[in-house]
Amino acid sequence: MYHYDDFDRTLVAERVAEFRDQVARRLSGQLTEEEFKPLRLMNGVYLQLHAYMLRIAVPYGTLSSPQLRTLAHIARRYDRGYGHFTTRQNIQFNWIKLEEMPETLAALAETGLHAMQTSGNCIRNITSDQWAGVARDEIEDPRIYAEILRQHSTMHPEFSFLPRKFKIAVTAADHDRAAIRVHDIGLRMHRNGAGETGFEVVVGGGLGRTPFVGKTIKPFLHKRDLLSYIEAVLRVYNQYGRRDNIYKARIKILVHELGAEKFAAEVEEEWRAIKDGALALDEAVVADIASRFTYPDYETLTDEPASLQTARASDRRFDTWFRNSVAPHKVPGYAIVTLSLKPEGAPPGDATADQMDRIADLAERYSFGEIRVGHEQNLVLPHVAQRDLPALWTVLDAIGVATPNVGLVSDIIACPGLDYCSLANTRSIPVAQELTRRFRSLESAHNIGRLHINISGCINACGHHHVGHIGILGVEKNGQEFYQITLGGRADEHAELGSLLGPAVPYEQVADVIEDVVAAYIELRVRPDELFIDTVKRVGIEPFKERVYATH
Amino acid sequence: MTAPQQQKLKIKGPVVITGNRLGDGAVVYLTMDGGWSTQLNDAEVTTLADRATQLLSEANASDIDAVSAYVAPVIVEAGSIKPGNLRERIRVAGPTFALPGSEAR
Ligand code: HEM
Ligand code: SF4
Repeated sequence: MYHYDDFDRTLVAERVAEFRDQVARRLSGQLTEEEFKPLRLMNGVYLQLHAYMLRIAVPYGTLSSPQLRTLAHIARRYDRGYGHFTTRQNIQFNWIKLEEMPETLAALAETGLHAMQTSGNCIRNITSDQWAGVARDEIEDPRIYAEILRQHSTMHPEFSFLPRKFKIAVTAADHDRAAIRVHDIGLRMHRNGAGETGFEVVVGGGLGRTPFVGKTIKPFLHKRDLLSYIEAVLRVYNQYGRRDNIYKARIKILVHELGAEKFAAEVEEEWRAIKDGALALDEAVVADIASRFTYPDYETLTDEPASLQTARASDRRFDTWFRNSVAPHKVPGYAIVTLSLKPEGAPPGDATADQMDRIADLAERYSFGEIRVGHEQNLVLPHVAQRDLPALWTVLDAIGVATPNVGLVSDIIACPGLDYCSLANTRSIPVAQELTRRFRSLESAHNIGRLHINISGCINACGHHHVGHIGILGVEKNGQEFYQITLGGRADEHAELGSLLGPAVPYEQVADVIEDVVAAYIELRVRPDELFIDTVKRVGIEPFKERVYATH
Repeated sequence: MTAPQQQKLKIKGPVVITGNRLGDGAVVYLTMDGGWSTQLNDAEVTTLADRATQLLSEANASDIDAVSAYVAPVIVEAGSIKPGNLRERIRVAGPTFALPGSEAR
C-alpha cells in the first residue's frame, strides 16, 4: 500500500472545499456553465447523456479495503448501486447529482481518494502494472516511479495547462501489463548491459482518431534522470504542441510530424540544460517515497501446499478457475488472484456496491487489505496465501467474480458507448454482452485461448479497439449503428494496431461476424496453442475476410 | 445519433429543445411556456428551423435551469411525442440493458 503524507491530505481537503464553493456558486447562478465547466472537469465531473459522471483516480491501481468500501458507499448513497472500472485504472460513477458532488468528494477524501487529474489537459492519473510489487518477472516496484511522477506533476501548475491531456504508464516487468506503448509516455524499467536499472522511454503512442504505437526515443535512461528527462519531453511538447487544433494537439502528432529522431534530439538538447539541476533524483528522495509503499508481513510458506492440491484434484470448477485466474507471486506460497468483472451478459468492468463491500472484506481477510484495478477492467487480490485459495474461491464464486475467463474471448474491454456517453456514435456494452453470451461455453473459450476483444463506441477509442486482437469500432451510417472490425492489434510489449477486415457491419450482425472470425481462426491455426494473434500475424487478414464476407 | 455539436440547424421533421438539468443532470425538455420538464410530452414541438433556432437561443439565454441545450428530433404519433433516434431514446429510457445490481433506488 501507499501511505499519503499530510501534504497530500491537505491538498485534497483544500480542493474539496474549493469545489464545494464553486458548485454552490454555479447552482446559484454566480458562475455560468462556460466558467464552471473547466472547474468541474478539473475535479473529474463530466456531463453525460442523462446524468453527471464522476471519474475517480486509483493511482497505479492500488486500493485499500477501506477505500473500496468508500466506493461501495458512494455507489449506494449517491449513485445507483454500482460503479464502472475503466481501462485507465479509474472508477466512474454514472449517476451522481451535481448538488451532491461536494459531499461525494468529501467522503472520498476521508479515505485518501480524489478525482484530480482524471480529466482536462493535464498529466492524467499515472497508470502501472496491476501486478506491481508482486509479479515474479519484475525488477523493482514501478509504482515508486509512478508516484514520483505523480507528485511532481501535481505540484507543477505548468503541467496543468498542456496542449492536451497527457497519459503516462510505467512498468518494470518483462511482460507489459499496462499498455505503455499506447501512452503519451511509456516507461519500461529494465537492466542495461552493466546491470544498472533504468527506463526505456517510449513517446507518442496513443489511440483515438489518429492512432500510433509509441516510439522509443531513449533506450536506457538512468533512474536518477527520470524527472529531468520527462520535464524535457514536456517542455518540447509545450513549446511545439499544436494548441490551435484539438485533433493535432496530442504529443503523438508532434512526434509523428517532427519524426522520432528529431523529437529525441530536441528533448536531448533541452535535457542537457537541466539534467544535473534540481530535478536530478537523489537516492534519499527515492528511498523516502519507496518507504511509503508498505508490503505485507508475508509468512514463510511453500508453493503448492497439499490443501491446494487436494482442492484442485477434487473440484473441477475450482481447478479451472485456478488455472485461469491465479498467477505466480514473487513470494513462495502466495498467489496473485484476478477477479473477473466480466460475467456472462454483464457490462464489462461494472461492480455492484455489495460486490465491492464483499471484495473489501475478502481482501482484508486474504490479501492484507489490498486490491488492485487493472487496465483490462478486472480487479486483483495481490497477496493471497495459496492455502487460502479454495476458501477464497468459494466466496468469489458466490458473489459472481470468479468467471474463469480472464484473458479469454469473453473478457471483453468496452467503453460506455451510447448507453452513457454523449460523444458516442453507437452502443458498445450491448455488443459486449451479446458476445459474452455467444462465447458462454467456458470449454470452447479455453479451447480458443487468449483472445482480446476491445470495443469503442466512437473514434475516441476509450475501449482501445485499435489494439484489440479483435477490435470493434462503432460508426454511424444514416442514423443506424454500424461497426468496423479490425484484427491483429495488440497492446503488450509487441504493440501493434489492427488492420481493417472490411466494410462496417450492422449491429445485428456483429456477433455473427465475430463468431465467424473465431471459427476461421480455429481452422487456420496450425496447432491448438497457436494464439489467435499469432495466426493473424502468420496468415494476414485475407483468409478471415474471405470467410466473413462470403457468408454475410 | 449525431452528437449535438455536429448539428447544423437543418430540420427534417419535428424537433424539440432538450438539455440536462443543472442540479442533477436529468434530461429535460423546453416547454411551451419557456420552462423545462422531464416529460418529453410537455415539450414544445416545432417543424420550423427558425422557430427551433429561436427556442434554442432562448434556452441558452439562461443556463441556471438546464445546460447543454440542443435541438433533438422527435416523432409525433397519435398526439404523443416520442424520441426520434436511438440517442434520444436512450436519453428518455436510460441504458438499453438492465443496470447492475438490484439495489437501484
Ligand atoms: C463518458 C465518458 C468519456 C468521455 C467523454 C471520454 C472522452 C474521450 C476522448 C474525447 C478521447 C480522445 C482523446 C484524444 O485522442 O485526444 C478519449 C480517449 C480515451 N479514453 Fe475516454 N472518455 C470517456 C470514458 C472513458 C472510459 C470509461 C475509459 C475506459 C474504459 C476511457 C479511456 C480512454 C482511453 C484509454 C482513451 C484512448 C487513449 C488515448 O488517450 O489515446 N474513457 N476519451
Ligand atoms: S470511445 Fe467514444 S463512445 Fe466510447 S466512451 Fe470514449 S468517447 Fe464515449
